[in-house]
Amino acid sequence: MSMLEVTDLNVYYGMIHAIRDVSFTVEQGEVIALIGANGAGKTTILHTVTRLLASKSGSVQFEGKDITHAPAHSIVRLGMSHVPEGRRVFADLSVYENLKLGAYTRSKAETEESLQDVYKRFPRLEERKSQLSGTLSGGEQQMLAMGRALMSRPKIILMDEPSMGLSPLFVNEIFNIIQEVSASGTTVLLVEQNAKKALSIADRAYVLETGKIIKSGAASDLIHDEDIKKAYLGE
Amino acid sequence: MDIFSSLAEQLINGLRTGSIYALIALGYTMVYGIAKMINFAHGDIIMVGAYLLFLLGVGKLGLPTPVVILLAIILCAVLGMLIEKIAYKPLRNAPPLAVLITAIGVSYFLQNFVLISMGATPIPFASMIKVPSLTLGTITVSGITLATLVVTFVCMAGLIFFVQRTKTGAAMRAVSEDRGAAELMGINVNKTISLTFAIGSGLAAVAGLLFISQYESLQPTLGALPGIKAFVAAVLGGIGSIPGAIAGGIILGIIESLTKAYISTQLSDAISFSVLVLVLLIRPAGIMGKMKNEKV
Repeated sequence: MSMLEVTDLNVYYGMIHAIRDVSFTVEQGEVIALIGANGAGKTTILHTVTRLLASKSGSVQFEGKDITHAPAHSIVRLGMSHVPEGRRVFADLSVYENLKLGAYTRSKAETEESLQDVYKRFPRLEERKSQLSGTLSGGEQQMLAMGRALMSRPKIILMDEPSMGLSPLFVNEIFNIIQEVSASGTTVLLVEQNAKKALSIADRAYVLETGKIIKSGAASDLIHDEDIKKAYLGE
Repeated sequence: MDIFSSLAEQLINGLRTGSIYALIALGYTMVYGIAKMINFAHGDIIMVGAYLLFLLGVGKLGLPTPVVILLAIILCAVLGMLIEKIAYKPLRNAPPLAVLITAIGVSYFLQNFVLISMGATPIPFASMIKVPSLTLGTITVSGITLATLVVTFVCMAGLIFFVQRTKTGAAMRAVSEDRGAAELMGINVNKTISLTFAIGSGLAAVAGLLFISQYESLQPTLGALPGIKAFVAAVLGGIGSIPGAIAGGIILGIIESLTKAYISTQLSDAISFSVLVLVLLIRPAGIMGKMKNEKV
């Protein structure tokens, strides 16, 4: 049994058929990358998995449990955390309040424990804990969004374009953190436009084009694939 | 009476009316903040609250006053939740205009329901609040005014504490800012919206109590005017902002009372609404509202 199993997923935006028969699996402990151009449907897939969007047909199974029709707010409780595109931190709330909301479904003691872990991983967040999140830099907001997602101690973390709009220095830092998160035992499903970076840390990857998976395989193979090189790696 | 004490009395009167507006405005502003809609039936909850106070107490059941007040608040809170569930929730993804029209429909429904069941003739209803008045030098503050100021202060302080300091309050602020991201945190958005309606309507029941203690006469349209004034107060203060609603209500009450005393009773509404127009010309988002560029 795979940890996450998406089968024949179809998603529409009104009349537009955005996701076509997409199937993929994520095994426990893996780092899986979904790569593809802007508008290929990567974000839509993540939104459908965590139920921010409804699918037309197909199924999503997490640890053998069918979550295709589960309410969105119940997903995090199952052990799945989503770092959304554009970070979506609560700008009018402090860093500390954002982090605490990340552990909304957990007890006070567990929250405190997770908070110390997150502060250890992101010392900058502790320095800025009473600052309003809207005043943080883009990179800091990304760290906050990741820290907030980790507050629920997820089994799997879904990350949507974590490197978007960040300086190269921050991009490296964010990818280091993703590797650390993975090393600590959390499964990672990563959506990235920066295909080179994503493939360099992923175990396997799926390549998406206009709502369809056109290629999949070991990241180490895909990084040397001639078509992929031409289309996504700019070589 | 010298000018100073007359002015002081007018200010206190204004503070009393204004704090009732503020209490109602909190309902508008909270619902707007969380559900992104103007609940035009909010003023009629005040009316229902006032009738409930009458029916549960002297009018019918004759329950003791504290029980009457508590029950009226609870029943109004439940009514608010029901209205949300039946009328607004199915329209969660509908265009704003459809929601607005529905809210007006709910308002008419409540008024006419009470009209049919209770009649159009105003019912005299002696004040339930019996507090002795207070004399400070040359200024006399009536018991109702004292009670109003204390009750509204306690409600506002309690609400601000709840929203700023509790986990549920933080969840409400999160929903207000980004519904989707809030769901990812595990926050049940439907429950949060429901709770917001309950709190707003509970506060409207309190406002109903204070309002009716002053006017001592029940009629099905009694909620319309304080409702619309409180809406103005919420916009004046910056809709969506809790401190804004409080400031807007109190400013509106004081302007109204000073105009009535020193300029003209007939012109008082015209003048208060002119102030609204002026403020919105200078600060379109209201006094404490956030200036936001509409995202395209």
